[in-house]
Amino acid sequence: MKKTLIMTTALVAVAGSVAAQDLTVMSWGGAYGASQIEAYNKPFAELTGKDIVMVDADNPATPIKAQVEAGNVTIDVADVEYSDAIRLCDEGLLEEIDMSTLPDAPDGTPAADDFVAGALTDCAVANIVWSTVFAYNTTNVEGEPTTMADFFDLEAFPGKRGLRKSAKANLEMALIADGVAAEDVYDLLETDEGVDRAFAMLDTIKDSVVWWEAGAQPPQLLADGEVVMSTAYNGRIFNAAVGEDQPFEIVWDGQIMDFDLFVIPKGAPNAELALEYISFATDTQRLADQAKWISYGPARVSSGALVGLYQDGVTEMAPHMPTAEANLENALVNNFEFWADRDAELNERFNAWLAN
Amino acid sequence: MADTTSSDIPTDSGTLQTADGRPLKAALATAQRSARNRAFYLVLPLLLFVVVTFIFPIGQMLMRSVSDPRFIEHVDLGTGEVTPIMVGLRTWFDENPAGTEPDEAAYAALVADLVHLREIRAQGNAGTRINYVYPGARSMFTGGARRAGRLEPPFKDAILDMDEDWADPALWQTMRSSSGRYTADFYLAAIDRERDAQGNIQKVDEERAIYLLLFERTLILSVVITLLTLILGFPVAFLLATLPLRYSNVLMILVLLPFWTSLLVRTTSWIVLLQTQGVVNDIAVSVGLITDESRLQMIYNQTGTVIAMTHILLPFMILPLYSVMRPINPSYVRAARSLGATSWTAFRRIYLPLTIPGIAAGSLLVFILAVGYYITPALVGGSRGQLISNLIAFHMQNSLNWSLAAALAGLLLGGILILYWLYDRLVGIDNLKLG
Amino acid sequence: MSGEFVVFDRVQKSYDGETLVVKDLNLAMPKGEFLTMLGPSGSGKTTCLMMLAGFETATHGEIRLDGREINNIPPHKRGIGMVFQNYALFPHLTVSENLAFPLEVRGLGKSDREAKVKRALEMVQMSEFGVRRPAQLSGGQQQRIALARALVFDPDLVLMDEPLGALDKQLREHMQYEIKHLHENLGITVVYVTHDQSEALTMSDRVAVFNDGVIQQLAPPDTLYEAPDNSFVAQFIGENNKLPAKVVSKEGDTVQVTLQDGKTCQALSVNCGAVGSDTMISIRPERVTLGASSGANATDGEVNEIIYLGDHIRCRLSVHGNDEFIVKIPNSADHPQLKVGETTQITWHTADARALDPI
Repeated sequence: MKKTLIMTTALVAVAGSVAAQDLTVMSWGGAYGASQIEAYNKPFAELTGKDIVMVDADNPATPIKAQVEAGNVTIDVADVEYSDAIRLCDEGLLEEIDMSTLPDAPDGTPAADDFVAGALTDCAVANIVWSTVFAYNTTNVEGEPTTMADFFDLEAFPGKRGLRKSAKANLEMALIADGVAAEDVYDLLETDEGVDRAFAMLDTIKDSVVWWEAGAQPPQLLADGEVVMSTAYNGRIFNAAVGEDQPFEIVWDGQIMDFDLFVIPKGAPNAELALEYISFATDTQRLADQAKWISYGPARVSSGALVGLYQDGVTEMAPHMPTAEANLENALVNNFEFWADRDAELNERFNAWLAN
Repeated sequence: MADTTSSDIPTDSGTLQTADGRPLKAALATAQRSARNRAFYLVLPLLLFVVVTFIFPIGQMLMRSVSDPRFIEHVDLGTGEVTPIMVGLRTWFDENPAGTEPDEAAYAALVADLVHLREIRAQGNAGTRINYVYPGARSMFTGGARRAGRLEPPFKDAILDMDEDWADPALWQTMRSSSGRYTADFYLAAIDRERDAQGNIQKVDEERAIYLLLFERTLILSVVITLLTLILGFPVAFLLATLPLRYSNVLMILVLLPFWTSLLVRTTSWIVLLQTQGVVNDIAVSVGLITDESRLQMIYNQTGTVIAMTHILLPFMILPLYSVMRPINPSYVRAARSLGATSWTAFRRIYLPLTIPGIAAGSLLVFILAVGYYITPALVGGSRGQLISNLIAFHMQNSLNWSLAAALAGLLLGGILILYWLYDRLVGIDNLKLG
Repeated sequence: MSGEFVVFDRVQKSYDGETLVVKDLNLAMPKGEFLTMLGPSGSGKTTCLMMLAGFETATHGEIRLDGREINNIPPHKRGIGMVFQNYALFPHLTVSENLAFPLEVRGLGKSDREAKVKRALEMVQMSEFGVRRPAQLSGGQQQRIALARALVFDPDLVLMDEPLGALDKQLREHMQYEIKHLHENLGITVVYVTHDQSEALTMSDRVAVFNDGVIQQLAPPDTLYEAPDNSFVAQFIGENNKLPAKVVSKEGDTVQVTLQDGKTCQALSVNCGAVGSDTMISIRPERVTLGASSGANATDGEVNEIIYLGDHIRCRLSVHGNDEFIVKIPNSADHPQLKVGETTQITWHTADARALDPI
């Protein structure tokens, strides 16, 4: 029975698969995917002469789980979020990666030390640091919001708010707005009281919230005037503000940093080349190059110094990075272990809270 | 000619036979068999297609809803090898009834099992399986497995030293109920029920209860949407069916136009129209219907879901209605009128009953589509316009708890089958006209 | 009999504002009459029926029922029974429910309804079919139920729109008599629309022959057949021999005409112009005598074809340049024996040759 079920799933999965190539990379598409094509894929193809295909997914973790479980893997490298990387690795769906094969920094610092703390796990190598921040449309907001508390202050800054429709990031931001220090947030969320307190804070703005799901939505909501402030991925706001001249301003207070990581699904058809690709893409220069296309920070310390101008040739990228010194005040690093454990429970409660 | 009478047909103890003495029935069966075989071969490709793409995947999904054996066996995805896990603990569960206080033997078995998990790298899977019911268990298993090899007896104290949550009766109950290959736990979760530490079924906390609410809301919104499409679609279908062909063709194109537009485009258009800074509000403000401060919230709530879904599902109501109305001879209504019925009576007593197969088919179609819709509610539903399918999608894509998603989908499927059965009883499935 | 039970007074009807479907219709019929509107399709007869029933409005003119103008009265208040082309029995109701429908909408009590339905079913000999659905009945049975339904609420006027069109020939003929008998027994007024002339001749008191939106002739069947007013009626009703001719002289009722082959003959002046104008001589095939050389109209005919039809023999001749001249010879004991190719002498009475309008 099990065999046949797996076989049929595999057959169905074939429908969504792509023709065999030298290397197939799955990522999130959009401006982010484009930055990876420019910074990683093109130079890698030039270097090795291999054919690289980029496949988009809403969240690559989902197709990977399906493909590996069905025993029909067509993806060699995937770009996933941290908690998914941990979960997939725990469930044995990913190849382990030997971190000693990653190239050292130009000054000789070993890779293990060169990467930002937490950027390397058993199965995954981080390539960027992105963050969830809140941003506002300067034409629709009177005054200047500067703190996370301002986001929750409907009296001082009236108008609708945009929030991502999930528990992650919202609970942390609610606590920070409520005066909890960034380093205490996850300790507090481990307790029922902390969760209650976060939801109570969210309750204060619940009726004024427009919920978004796709990363492209917040810039649109802000541009339409549908919300005056919204949480968003910092890269999306940067691209809208700098690339499209939208009057958006990012507030870095209480930003929640996160990694995107490269993983190799178990049974990837070209696992060796995949490892080669990851080593190449996460070297110091390549990570710095990616910042030219999108304002996500490189996961290597040594790349920071190499980050230059935006593709427009005039905008200095460094201050727009989540990892810039000025932006790190009161910043929070997403606790992946916490979310890997509590995701189901807290989202269940979040969904119930939302629906009631 | 004249002597070809019935007495010439060979008979044998009453059964009819062919001229050469074979029983007539057998001869008939042979004659029909080749026709039947041919018919079977003709549908064979479709049959295979349906089995492969529909029946097996759904069967597999339903299987998942009652079985997630990640706590009792580990499948190595590289080799396909299946290894039984948690053997010691499961043996202890078999020997001791539910509710027994875990003793040293139980903890010893647990430690041995954790060591084994570590060896075959199964701690993540086993922990995730428990984590669905007992949040936090995943890291307890991964952390526990890492250190289990170094633990010394007495194991109870050693484990509790590591993490005192290991003593939680709810955890033990969860591990016990996960030790069976088949479980109703996912269906329990899908109706906001859980097991307490003694294994009794109870309601989950008020603040975590969501699925029943969403099933109810899905049901109500789907009924509202179905009624709206019926009210809006009936006159259009009537017009389509009665207008001369050259006008009705144009109207039909207008009805079908939404079909040729991407669902996302249509949904996004509704956002542009209905949002507070959108077209409808702008017009209402500019003509002075409402003030700029009191702009209407028509989207990101249930209103938005109902409006957008009614629009999107309207053709599914109109087409079956049209296909039933088109062949209704206009002389029925004329006859009723000439017999003394007012136009309303003629409509109510004669025309309406004749369109019931179309109404039923359209309603069934729209309702079934509505309960399963998730893209539109996700985009325009805000917080209170979410339907059960959004939660199914959430568990498929985000929490990756496919068993719970399968249980929710299974309940939905069951509900729709009941509806279908009711339809068959009330209207008759052979009356179904879908276009 | 009141002389003016149903009246069409200068009625015109146009659908598109450009062409008239019904042109200046004037018609009066007394109570109790069986009147048939006969004509080819598109002649305006059904439109007239629908205007009478109330499903179409007259563009101009007045329609009166029993002295009352009904132009603006909706169909359900006219109290007219109607039998439709395809019966229009409500498929979702049983036969009894179908019959009870007009009584129910009139607010009759249950017992009254049942009594009337029972009587109506008896009237059409369908008593045991009350519980069936229309789809379970044969075409003839459905026809009877439709008839019963149109009569069950005792209307003064019953309209029938080609009610027998869907039946086979034998059944149709049988039903013609039944409808005729019902009409006679119940004393109702019937307006009947058909394109089948034999149906019209069999059943009607009077027949209105429609063509091109105009009543060509309104007369009892025998008059229509024997004394058609114009070429259309002569051609449309029954079989007709037509000989194009030119008027030479007129003398009282009789005209002298020249035929296509240059010969002359005499005819009854009915509808022809002055001397010198074209006309059409119309002669019924059964009014031609074979083998006789006497009379003013005697002439030769060459036999082209002979068809044996049992009761009579149908013979196609060339007469006065017309190759399609038909003569019916009764199959009597001493009927003339003809052969194809031979020439025979034929003649007819002047009164049977009608000089009509040229086509």
